[in-house]
Amino acid sequence: MHTAETLNTKEPSTGIHPTRFLLMLMIVSIFMIFAAYTSAYIVRRNEGNWLEFDLPAGFLITSLIIVLSSVTVQWAWFAARKDELNQVRLALALTLTFGVAFLVGQWLLWGQLVDSRIFFGGTDSNPSGSFLYVLTGVHGFHLITGLIFLLVVLRKSFKYQVHSRQMLSIGNVTIYWHFLGALWLYLYLFLLLNH
Amino acid sequence: MAANLPTHAQVQGGIGVTEPGHDVHEHHDEHHEQSFLQKYIFSTDHKVIAKQFLITGIFWAILGGTLSSLFRLQLGWPESTLEWLSPFLGKWIEAGKLNPEFYLALVTMHGTIMVFFVLTAGLSGTFSNFLIPLQIGARDMASGFMNMLSYWFFFLSSVVMFLSLFLETGPAAAGWTIYPPLSALPQAIPGSGMGMTMWLVSMALFIVSQLLGGVNYITTVINLRTQGMSMSKLPLTIWSFFLTAVLGLLSFPVLFSAALLLIFDRSFGTSFFLSDIYIAGQALPNTGGSPILFQHLFWFLGHPEVYIVIMPAMGMVSEIMATNARKPIFGYRAMIGSLLGISLLSFVVWAHHMFVTGMNPFLGSVFMFLTLIIAVPSAVKTFNWLATLWRGNIRFTTAMLFSIGFVSLFIAGGLTGIVLGNAALDIQMHNTYFVVAHFHLVMGSSAFFGLWAGVYHWFPKMFGRMMDEKLGYVHFWLTFLGVYLVFLPMHYVGIAGFPRRYYSWTGFDTFSQFANLNKFISVAAILAFFAQFVFIFNFFYSIFRGRRASENPWRSTTLEWTTPVVPGHGNWPGAIPAVHRWPYDYSKPGAADDFIPQHVPYSQTQSSNLPYEREME
Repeated sequence: MHTAETLNTKEPSTGIHPTRFLLMLMIVSIFMIFAAYTSAYIVRRNEGNWLEFDLPAGFLITSLIIVLSSVTVQWAWFAARKDELNQVRLALALTLTFGVAFLVGQWLLWGQLVDSRIFFGGTDSNPSGSFLYVLTGVHGFHLITGLIFLLVVLRKSFKYQVHSRQMLSIGNVTIYWHFLGALWLYLYLFLLLNH
Repeated sequence: MAANLPTHAQVQGGIGVTEPGHDVHEHHDEHHEQSFLQKYIFSTDHKVIAKQFLITGIFWAILGGTLSSLFRLQLGWPESTLEWLSPFLGKWIEAGKLNPEFYLALVTMHGTIMVFFVLTAGLSGTFSNFLIPLQIGARDMASGFMNMLSYWFFFLSSVVMFLSLFLETGPAAAGWTIYPPLSALPQAIPGSGMGMTMWLVSMALFIVSQLLGGVNYITTVINLRTQGMSMSKLPLTIWSFFLTAVLGLLSFPVLFSAALLLIFDRSFGTSFFLSDIYIAGQALPNTGGSPILFQHLFWFLGHPEVYIVIMPAMGMVSEIMATNARKPIFGYRAMIGSLLGISLLSFVVWAHHMFVTGMNPFLGSVFMFLTLIIAVPSAVKTFNWLATLWRGNIRFTTAMLFSIGFVSLFIAGGLTGIVLGNAALDIQMHNTYFVVAHFHLVMGSSAFFGLWAGVYHWFPKMFGRMMDEKLGYVHFWLTFLGVYLVFLPMHYVGIAGFPRRYYSWTGFDTFSQFANLNKFISVAAILAFFAQFVFIFNFFYSIFRGRRASENPWRSTTLEWTTPVVPGHGNWPGAIPAVHRWPYDYSKPGAADDFIPQHVPYSQTQSSNLPYEREME
């Protein structure tokens, strides 16, 4: 990979490293998946035969957890800028923990939904419930990819590959993680408003 | 010819300050012994990946063409025995007749293969990969690894789709648009069983491949252009590949969403698209779903998809036409503007595929209005191509013939698009062969012509040899005539009400008068299919035995022709040339030669510089 070294003989463009640009485009494509689901949700809801139910209150707690994880990942980024490597590791580990806690929380909430007879599929299911599972499930899947990315960067930080002169990977994971958090907040808000 | 070109050292001037170290690196790379596996199979070199896409695409095109010949046999000679095909088709021939379920499967797979595997992966995959780094002056794609993954996801997807052809229940058979509920219920038709599952798995892999490729194309065009290559100096090929990738990036995820919901409906008991269905006298438990919702999601991809297919062809045709008319492309900026216009409009017209779903007539007229607006940028492009040809010093190379053929087909098919864009007319003709004729001309055949034009034109850079011109002419004329002989009569039978998707029409007296015309179409289709073997022979023969090419056989201006005859890993053995001018300086008054490559600075062309260019000398 010789992209970095050739960049200075290139036509000036966005000033963003190609890898970061790739990440941003992938974020756009992930967003399009959810744009499709949320607009399908609205279209479908307006057609009637739509089971209304209350969102479990627990989603507020998982939302708070994911906001916290965004704070810690940003902390990791600032720490890396100041070469505080121990803080970077601590903050990344905290972010990972919050990320896992969020996923566990979502899983428990699924259980709670099933207990209140909101099913994903089967004879008693209604698209309103199925959509909720799809939105949280597909988001959860992307969160798992985010956790893997965090693990990779955490491993790099232990190999002294994350510091003020090597900000690319931690910058990328910060962007991706903020995106996943913001995406969840969008979905939560969307569900609150359309319920 | 090469003598006309200034050497790289002259061109580079002072910008090579950081290059020498890099060159050493590149030089080292070229002599690095790569194993066969690294070089030809798991390669991260964009040129090898392009050839992998091309050859896989050719494989799929032969298969897709074979399938269409099979169903044309059924349509042309519905009463005669097809027993002779049973060694090949096995149990799908029952008592000399083609199994009706299998007919549907043939049509479905023909559509899927041609639209996705040939004209999306084969076309964009080949030429975006091959030309983007070469024409913008980059060593490779932004991420060679992701580029390799893109091909191998496509390969996996191909394997899954190919294997589905051999299932006992047959491949998917609900049409390439896989509308539920037909596609969602395994008990509905055999083709909605395992075949449909494999179709969905294959398409999911295909979408991953497209996204990995697409983000790479966009990033490379945005970030890795060589010095001087501003967006307004990009060849039109690159603009079209770039916008194609943007369309894919925005629309393929939506198809993925729809496919995932369909998978849930099929296998997990949800009811996104299913409601109130009785099948074989049994009521299904699913309630609350909406099959129309699927069509909205599908066509939100489906419509941009047809531009994903046609836009790379448009870009290559523009480039090939300017080169072989020895004239600057007419209206360079208008060409870019119209590509942008088509890209934007492609996202707001999807419901014109759904006029017959009982949609609100007001909504229908909005979509009709937006659809008809597409005629404007399309006409801009068409007139610009014609104006580029006008009084040009035309060289009828095979690639040029296919480019002119492209414009012809695009006009012929585009005109009926204006007809079908009208909701009132579409409702009348939607289920007739008129629609089949329309999209096969405007998007199927013309995209194929763009593909062939591209292969004939860039073959010397791909393999270092020329394709045979005489065989190329034979291929062109047989194909060009074949395509018109197939699809022109289809307009006629379509207007007369002949329905599409029917396995057999002999039960209806109304349509028996079209028996001869159907036979005619079938003969033309099968002959046009066999004509493709001229191309296939020419292609593979020329790879090994073709006349050796020079560096710049077409005397073209773009950067790929400044590389060695067969560019190695890293494309330029020395520094990457910087760019000084737009890509269409053909027949410039006062110039020593009838083309000035992009990397020649104005200081070397004082005799032909225009007043405003003198300031840049």
